[in-house]
Amino acid sequence: MATVELRDIRKTYSDEEIIKGVSLTIHDREFVVFVGPSGCGKSTLLRMIAGLEEITAGELLIDGVRANEKGPAERGLAMVFQSYALYPHMNVYRNMEFSLRLAGMPEAERRQRIADVARILQLEPYLDHKPGQLSGGQRQRVAIGRAIVRNPKVFLFDEPLSNLDAALRGQMRVELATLHRRLGATTIYVTHDQVEAMTMADRIVVLRRGVVEQIGTPLDLYHRPRNLFVAQFMGSPAMNVLPAHIVSVTDRTATVTTGPLTVTVPVHAGSLQPGAAVTLGVRPEHIGLDMAGAPQGLVEISERLGAATLLHVRLSDGRQIVVQTGGDNMNAPDSAVGVTPDPAHCHLFDADGVALDHLAAHPLQVGS
Amino acid sequence: MDQAAGRIPVAAAPVGRPSRARRTGGALLLSPAVILLLVWSLVPLAMTLWYSVRRYNLVDPTQVGFAGLGNYWYLLTDPDFLTALLNTAILVGGVLVITVGLGTLLAVLFDQSFPGRGIARVLVISPFFVMPTVSALLWKNLMLHPIYGVYSAMMRAVGLTPVDWLSRYPLATLVMIVSWEWLPFAILILLTAIQSLDAEQKEAARMDGAGPLAQFRYIILPHLSRAITVVIMIETIFLLAVFAEISVTTAGGPGVASTNLAFLIYSRALLQFDVGGASAGGVVAIVIANIVAAFLLRAVARNLEA
Ligand SMILES: Nc1ncnc2c1ncn2[C@@H]1O[C@H](COP(=O)(O)OP(=O)(O)OP(=O)(O)O)[C@@H](O)[C@H]1O
Ligand SMILES: [Mg+2]
Repeated sequence: MATVELRDIRKTYSDEEIIKGVSLTIHDREFVVFVGPSGCGKSTLLRMIAGLEEITAGELLIDGVRANEKGPAERGLAMVFQSYALYPHMNVYRNMEFSLRLAGMPEAERRQRIADVARILQLEPYLDHKPGQLSGGQRQRVAIGRAIVRNPKVFLFDEPLSNLDAALRGQMRVELATLHRRLGATTIYVTHDQVEAMTMADRIVVLRRGVVEQIGTPLDLYHRPRNLFVAQFMGSPAMNVLPAHIVSVTDRTATVTTGPLTVTVPVHAGSLQPGAAVTLGVRPEHIGLDMAGAPQGLVEISERLGAATLLHVRLSDGRQIVVQTGGDNMNAPDSAVGVTPDPAHCHLFDADGVALDHLAAHPLQVGS
Repeated sequence: MDQAAGRIPVAAAPVGRPSRARRTGGALLLSPAVILLLVWSLVPLAMTLWYSVRRYNLVDPTQVGFAGLGNYWYLLTDPDFLTALLNTAILVGGVLVITVGLGTLLAVLFDQSFPGRGIARVLVISPFFVMPTVSALLWKNLMLHPIYGVYSAMMRAVGLTPVDWLSRYPLATLVMIVSWEWLPFAILILLTAIQSLDAEQKEAARMDGAGPLAQFRYIILPHLSRAITVVIMIETIFLLAVFAEISVTTAGGPGVASTNLAFLIYSRALLQFDVGGASAGGVVAIVIANIVAAFLLRAVARNLEA
């Protein structure tokens, strides 16, 4: 039972405002992920919630109670650091026991708790080991175990998997998700890894330069980015963006043209008139290949990933786009292709980079 | 090398014989340095051993011939020797306790950020750059002199009678002076060690509910244990041989109240002209230093391994 509420939280380091007013409510048992480019203030925000960094302005409420002035230990949160920050001179057992001992928990209870956690995290064989004798994944598990034993209201993670290799990261991601389902604890997780954000989050908070760009479910962000930044930040390979002009508008569509392409996108054009400059965004996986019609571009490079092939196509106006096709696509470099964006999955952004209202049914919310 | 030779016998065979010649050639070329070093350390040692079993007094040429273990016997049964041994232990132990204890606390303090930290750090390190003779003179004449000293002036200013530290409490005062000299060294090493402590570890401890004291006890102190061992080892080596400070301030007195082993040997040889007795003292000092070194090295090796 833990909620976290941020009300216009700000952070200033020597005149420079790093966090510029973040408001957010995190519900009980929710898994919220903070993403954003390096230096956008994700860690700073997390550390303010943890109590390691002072809050310059705004209010932090944990379970509805103001926590700005509480010390890190009194907030009832536990944090897992990127560097694990295990105590090197204590063995695994002592590392997990440290907070319990400081809290004055009786020996028998401590032993019981640590045994439980060690079983969940498969750390039983390593309880006598010092952190230096463990592998990266095991250290990560100890760090998580150290957080779990305290039975905190909220878990905070700051890029916990970024020191692991790709395979282990995938495995730990699944373990973390499983653990979250099992413990049901409210979790705030910082990462700049898209896949982690998309797969683990109930909701994602996209930050840029200390400002929240969008908050939503992973697929919300993927299908309905609010602006160009979110559109390009979420999704891999990144969305193609092409400068375009409006040709004509109806009340349910806008037709735009860019180079050799003309697309009629189901959006609400608002005040935009024909001739207005917009940006067309379409993801590589939403562009089809049209081998029958007139070719619109040349394949420059084809990246074969096995399950899919990424074709880098140079359009006839000189712009390059990425098209994702099946793994069996045999187009070699220098072959001429026609490309057809799927209108329902195209996005239009006005001159300020704000997305125009999409009118097509949300692909995953047909019922609601 | 042998392995490589075994693997490539064809290449090794023709090289085999000349290489022995080359090795002797190498040894030949190295020999001046080795011989010089041997002469440098072995000849004094041998001479000390030789004199320590001789009757040899500079002002009494009638005393000649073998003394056997007489010099040793005379030394070991001399109450001055025991006092000097005890004084050496007090000096080394006292200075170690003060420099390591105070050094750790000050290192933690100087690790915090406060205005003027850079200057404060330079100031706290600076006594280390003053040579022992000078710092002893500073303390003797500038600070503690019963008439002209700063301390005495301060005491008189508030109406108290200043204590003549160097004659009332000579050994304690020496411990204080030598600690003042060595505290910067301890701070320097320990501060560097503290700065290498991962900031996230301290933050993790804070999240775990550790206050400043618990952080110090469970995070900082264990982190410092190696650096502390190194400080203890290096300081012990130098503190066993403290001489200049004693010579300048108390000359080992009053009586032998502030005479340590090094000063006792000096006073035997150059104040009482008893070369035989002084040599015996030197041999005893070598034995003691080696015993201490053996213990220290063991402790250090264990601590550095862990
Ligand atoms: N102690 C500090 N003093 C001054 N500026 C700071 C301090 N800590 C962080 N900053 C600044 O705050 C900004 C945000 O830093 P933060 O560590 O939160 O970024 P981040 O989003 O976590 O980035 P990354 O993904 O690289 O970890 C950076 O521009 C950084 O320079
Ligand atoms: Mg960060």
